[in-house]
This record gives sequence, structure tokens and C-alpha cells, in this order.
Amino acid sequence: MLLTCTEVRKTFGDAVVLDGLDLTVDEHEVIALIGASGSGKSTLLRCVNLLTEIDDGTIMLDGEDITDPRVNPDVVRRKIGLVFQSYNLFPHMTVLDNITLAPTKVRQRPAAEAKAQAMEWLDRVGLADKAGSYPDRLSGGQQQRVAIVRALVNSPRLLLLDEVTSALDPELVGEVLTMIRDLKGDGMTMVLATHEMGFARQVADRVAFLDKGRVLEQGPPAQVLGDPVEARTRQFLARIIEAGRL
Amino acid sequence: MSSELHRPSDKQLARIAFRRRKAIRSVLLAALSTAVLGTLFAVLITGAPGWDRVKQSFFRGDIARDSLPAILDGLWLNIRLFVVCAACALALGLLVGVLRTLRGPVFFPVRALATVYTYSLRGLPLIITIYLFAYGIPGLRLQGTPSVTVLGGAAIVITYGAYIAEVLRSGIESVHPSQVAAARSLGLSYRRTMRFVVLPQAVRRAAPPLLNDVVSMQKDVGLISLAGPVDAIRAAQISQAGSYNFTPYIVAGVLFVLLALPLIGITDWVTLRAARRQNAGT
Ligand SMILES: Nc1ncnc2c1ncn2[C@@H]1O[C@H](COP(=O)(O)OP(=O)(O)O)[C@@H](O)[C@H]1O
Ligand SMILES: [Mg+2]
Repeated sequence: MLLTCTEVRKTFGDAVVLDGLDLTVDEHEVIALIGASGSGKSTLLRCVNLLTEIDDGTIMLDGEDITDPRVNPDVVRRKIGLVFQSYNLFPHMTVLDNITLAPTKVRQRPAAEAKAQAMEWLDRVGLADKAGSYPDRLSGGQQQRVAIVRALVNSPRLLLLDEVTSALDPELVGEVLTMIRDLKGDGMTMVLATHEMGFARQVADRVAFLDKGRVLEQGPPAQVLGDPVEARTRQFLARIIEAGRL
Repeated sequence: MSSELHRPSDKQLARIAFRRRKAIRSVLLAALSTAVLGTLFAVLITGAPGWDRVKQSFFRGDIARDSLPAILDGLWLNIRLFVVCAACALALGLLVGVLRTLRGPVFFPVRALATVYTYSLRGLPLIITIYLFAYGIPGLRLQGTPSVTVLGGAAIVITYGAYIAEVLRSGIESVHPSQVAAARSLGLSYRRTMRFVVLPQAVRRAAPPLLNDVVSMQKDVGLISLAGPVDAIRAAQISQAGSYNFTPYIVAGVLFVLLALPLIGITDWVTLRAARRQNAGT
């Protein structure tokens, strides 16, 4: 197992957001996290990235307990990429500088080497001509692809994607999804919180439905999305279909 | 490019011609109204019953010439003080501004100290701080007490350091938390996140008010003369006391404005650019 979450609990004040959640992710596996808005998908991803401290339970990455307080979070985060719904590119840096920041300042790699690697990635996702641009000159889809590249140049063992297409205009969603599909082809291990059920069905090896702070139901996409066992999963999917997103 | 091949339509040519005529008319109108207003002022002032006496006591060319060397000497002190104090105050302000944003119980004493410092020194009139430093510290009769100029400069630095710290702190806090989350998620430590992600954005946003503080500091360094050293204004005062004529003040005033012009120009330019960038972002 690459990632094992056991009995993870997270509260904000009185609100119990994660309530003894269990989830495992195998190497090269792609997991789609689905669930109503506010069900704790983002919170779970932030906990795995150690941006948020959990209140109980254990998270193991590569056999190491990353929730042990003696662990240096900065070291763990280099193994886990996180991409946000709102891209969060650094507005005062060019696309290239956004991408090479971590390799040069955290990994202390030579600037030329980091740049070459960044350009290789940009080339691959068709954004080489934007290397010198500032983020506010890019479309949402382009910004999100840069954000994904920025996470990838750290060579993470695990990539967490938090509703990376939710802020995009419909015609820009495709380019980002194509990129994620390519990453799956590379064998990248990914956990993606998503509302794109059609995409989850295509790309995910497993779909996990979050409800009341737990994984209520999980399994192959065809089963969870097509023939769910739990009544609450059916209700959730019915609402999604009503909204025209399946 | 195709724009070279494109011939504007007659309609577009007419529009361009109209706009040009309109622009010329605007310039002429502005020139006219300026001339009218200027003449009006000139007539009003020079025609005033007391104008001759005011001219005699404020605008005497010979006195201006006589007092100029001493005032320039004083101004040189202003300039040196300003450069050194501005650099020190910016460094101090940056340090205190960052300390005030530290979270966590370990930093409580530092944070509290920084807060007390910015609160009290923004409240304390600069003149009193200068007196306390320039007269109070030598009064202790310690070995190696620096000169009054250095002490007065230190008073200016800690006063302006407090203002600059607050401006920078508000800049730091205006950077959205998601920027910090993004930087941390890439494995950047808190310090590197501050240095490469938060501070550059904070300083850009705080640049206009920061430069305003620097401009006002340029005028305030002269207050050090209260403790003895002769700056430009003090030199003008000495000259005025000898001749009972106020012309030296005008000379000093003009020199101060000339000195401040580049800085004010930069401030305006930076403010404009910041506004543009912000609009581009939305
Ligand atoms: N920093 C926080 N402080 C307080 N409540 C929070 C915080 N972050 C998330 N929450 C709450 O936790 C719940 C789960 O949020 P989230 O993980 O963002 O859900 P999802 O991503 O599935 O929409 C929500 O009710 C939200 O209001
Ligand atoms: Mg979310």
C-alpha cells in the first residue's frame, strides 16, 4: 500500500468532518473521491498533505507514519503533490519560476537543470510558449495545467487533485482531464476529489463515496456509479444526474 | 502580421480624425484655462496691498545667494541622514512586521514585544523621541555613547520603523492563505514560503504607502536639529536670525521640494502600476 488512512478523525469546533475514515491507495492506483459538497473531500486531502493536523487516527505513506509529530512535514510534502481547485499559482512569478521554485529552493537543484525539466513538461502539455508569462495572462485551464506541472516536477509518489476542474469554464475542462488521463498512463498514483462522474468512471480504478465523515461505499466505478449498494449513494448520484453532470 | 495589410475603412479614418481634433481642442482648452487662472492669481497676489513688503521679506535674491552655501551644507546632513535612516528603518520595519505575523505560543513574547513597540512608537511624537534619545541617553554617562547625530538618527529609525512595520504587516496579511498552502504543499519551509511567496507579494502591495512613509521621512530627518546638529532648516533659521528676512526659508523649502520630487514621482508610478496589475488580475 502506498497510502493507508486508518480511523482518521478531524473536527472543526463542534463539526466532525472526518469521523474514523479508512482509505487505502495502492501504488499506480487512481481513486476518485466523490461526495456531497462539505462532505470532507478537501479536508481529507489537506490532512494527507499535512496542511491540516488530524485529531485522531493514522496516515501511513510508504510504510511511514506521517502523522507522527516527529516527522518533518516539509519532507513528507515533497513526496505528495497537491493541486487546488483555485490553482493558487504565485501571481508575482512567471510560469517558469512557479514551476522551478520548489526544485531550486527546496531540492537545491541547479537552475539550468530545473529549467530544462520544467520546459520538458511545459512542452509536453503544450504550454512551452507560456513559460515567460505571468499567471494572470493565462486561461483557467492553462493555469491549472501549470499548477499540475508545478506539483509534478517534485516527482511526487502521490498526487492529490482537489476538484481541479470545478473552477473552469466547461470548454476548458477537457484539456485538464486529458492531462490527468495521460498521467494515469504514466502510472502516477492519484487521489482526485471530483464532481465529474463521467471522468471518474473513465479514469478511476476505484471510486470512494464519502458520507458523514466516512467512506460509505467504494469499488470499481461501474459498480459504485452504476449499481450502488447504499441508499445514500443512490440519493447522491440521483442529485448529480438531476444537475446534469453524469 | 495582417495588421500591416489592413487598410482602415473610411469610417475608421473619420473616427481617428475626429478623435485627433478632439484631443487638440482639449489641449488648447487646458492651456487657456491655466493661463486665465495663473493671470488671476498673479494679479491677485502682486496687486495685494502688502505684496511689496512680502516680496522684500521672502523673495530677496541677494539674501538667497548669501544663505545658499550654509543651507546646502545643512542639506547634505539631511541627505546623509535620510539615506542611512531610510535603509535602517526599512530593515527594522521588515523584521518587526514579520515578527508580528508569527503564530504559535513559542513566539508569544516576541510577538508581544513587537506589538508594544509598534503601538507605543506610533503614538509617541517624534520630537519627544528625539529629545529622549539625544538628551536622555548621554545623561546616563555611559562609556562610548555615540554622538547626538547618531542618537537622533536612531530616534528617527525606531519611530519610522514602527510605521513601516505596520504597513508591511498589513501587506503580509493581505496575501491570501491559499498562497501559503500552495507553497507549503510544495515542500517549502515557513521561512522560504515567507521569503519567496509571501513577502514579495506583500511588499508589492505595500509599496505605495511604504514610499509615502519614506517621502515623509525625508522631511522629518531635519527634526534632528532640535538636538543640535545643523540641518538645512536650522541653517535657514540661523541665517534668518541674522538678517530678519525669511528668504532663507524659501530657499530651503525649494531645495526640499526638489529633493522629494524624484521620490514622489516614483511613488506615483509604483501606485499606478500596482493598480494596473491588480486590475489585470481580475
Ligand atoms: N478551516 C476550517 N474551519 C472550519 N470549518 C472548516 C474548515 N475547513 C473545512 N471546514 C468545514 O468542513 C466541512 C468539509 O469541508 P470540505 O472538506 O471543504 O468539503 P468538500 O471538499 O467535500 O466540499 C465543511 O462543513 C466545511 O465548512
Ligand atoms: Mg472541496
